[in-house]
Amino acid sequence: MQKLTKDEVHPKIVQALLAMDSDITVEDALENEMVLNMGPQHPATHGVLRLLLRLDGEKVVACVPELGYLHRGYEKMAENMGYLEYIPHTDRLDYLSPPSNNVAYVLAVEKLLGIEAPKRAQYIRMMMSELSRIASHLVAIGALAMDVGALTVFLWGLREREKILDMYDVICGARFTTSYTRIGGVAQDIDTATLRAVREFVDQLEEKLDEMERLLNGNRIFLERLEGIGVISGDDALSLGLTGPTLRGSGVAYDLRRSAPYLFYDEMDFNVITFSEGDSLARYFVRADEIRESMKIIRQTIDKIPSGDTMLNAPKKVLPKKTEIYSRMEELIHDFMLVNFGTYPPKGQIYHAVENPKGELGFHIVSEGDAHPWKMKIRSPSFVNLQSLPHLVKGHMISDVIAIIGSIDPVMGEADK
Amino acid sequence: MREQLEKLLTEQFPGVQFEFSEFRGELTMSFQKEIVIELCDFLKNEPRLDFILLEDLTAIDWARRTNRFQVVYQLFSVKNKYRLRLMTLVDESECEVDSVYSVWKAADWAERETYDMYGIHFRNHPDLRRMYMPEEFEYHPLRKDFPLMGIPGSLPLPKK
Repeated sequence: MQKLTKDEVHPKIVQALLAMDSDITVEDALENEMVLNMGPQHPATHGVLRLLLRLDGEKVVACVPELGYLHRGYEKMAENMGYLEYIPHTDRLDYLSPPSNNVAYVLAVEKLLGIEAPKRAQYIRMMMSELSRIASHLVAIGALAMDVGALTVFLWGLREREKILDMYDVICGARFTTSYTRIGGVAQDIDTATLRAVREFVDQLEEKLDEMERLLNGNRIFLERLEGIGVISGDDALSLGLTGPTLRGSGVAYDLRRSAPYLFYDEMDFNVITFSEGDSLARYFVRADEIRESMKIIRQTIDKIPSGDTMLNAPKKVLPKKTEIYSRMEELIHDFMLVNFGTYPPKGQIYHAVENPKGELGFHIVSEGDAHPWKMKIRSPSFVNLQSLPHLVKGHMISDVIAIIGSIDPVMGEADK
Repeated sequence: MREQLEKLLTEQFPGVQFEFSEFRGELTMSFQKEIVIELCDFLKNEPRLDFILLEDLTAIDWARRTNRFQVVYQLFSVKNKYRLRLMTLVDESECEVDSVYSVWKAADWAERETYDMYGIHFRNHPDLRRMYMPEEFEYHPLRKDFPLMGIPGSLPLPKK
């Protein structure tokens, strides 16, 4: 963090920072109050997030987040790319939970095409989404704890996440950039040995989670650094468009798995976790409890998973099986046409949103009947959740800013798109 | 839900034309951009509708001479578990819409992003700056006439 001079900051940003009392000139502000630049290369801002803080002593008077350091133009790229081609790019949105991004995108495209994947594929997708939720929340809790000074939990969380990544490796063939789903199903089937391994992992995670929570919930430094910090009421949170654990920490029971069920979540038995305090600590509690709910869902999917195909049989829209491509003419033609020219959905537009670990991830796809979308908008939860940051940090210390960012848990790959 | 929505809207806005269309079970409603504030305020505060969450706000560039842009509002009613999409046409010569920041605070960054990407101005927005691109950037990248590869030299390098 360094003190900024007037020339280094764009005048419009300075204006936003000083908006409240415009009679202060910039020179004055830098003399009496301080304008501090936090990030974009700062370990505690979770990626390339830049914050301009206007400080009175150590208190934050105003905060202006600057985004766009990781803007890769994914929405523009989507307009020039086939529907199938785009799946690998969804890995790179919220890079802490790639499988659930894959699922979110494919569900949107399937809705546009008017098809539905076989039941087994949907169960596998559900299991993968919940595994990625656990992985993402483990990092979120660990990073939050590390930001406020408890290093051990981060290491323990990453150790458990490592086991999940190993399972991704077995299931998808990649640890990080999974690209696991396909339009109309999933890339590969899961065998029973892998299902057993997932179950064993979930069973042992219970104990490990208890250990982690004992370490944090009895830690007075951790509790006091989060309690009452960054409070937001449920109404304000809804008005700001917050979703996910950040909203449920303010006592609003809004979870798309219950509010607008997709896959087979309406058949699953789990609770929507809410805490009413609305502070950083409540958001941590929501995440910790959601891991347990996800474990419940994973156990149910493994128990109930039906046998059958994992890819839909719809030759003009869905890729055929590899074995059939090499043995039958018809399938070879379809595969060639789909890979080279893509699927042609009807004219129309849809919006489909799923509950990602960070919040509501939605895809708004406008189709003009071509093989590529006319427009695709990604509604990313981190982007919208970060919007609450200036409201949350007002009046708190600089060190609390770190804790609040950790409790919002933004991923800049998704916020910047 | 759709019948109730239509009934309440004709009561509240007599003589105003709303166009409804449905695709894959999603309801889309088109309206004239002049009434955007009144309409959004009504949709949010009417207890029987209660569209409390502005999920998304964006625009579509149709690349045509008249009514080039369309601003899209994606609403969700948490109480009724119902999703509604609002759309309004914006002409390129008069590239302006009223900001709905006074109704939903969530519109703040979403409108900034739409301004950045499409160059549509939102009247009475508290702080309409670019969201992703640098302030010095002259173009609007998601417009259809902006090339995919970008425009060489259009991104200013930082001063030494």
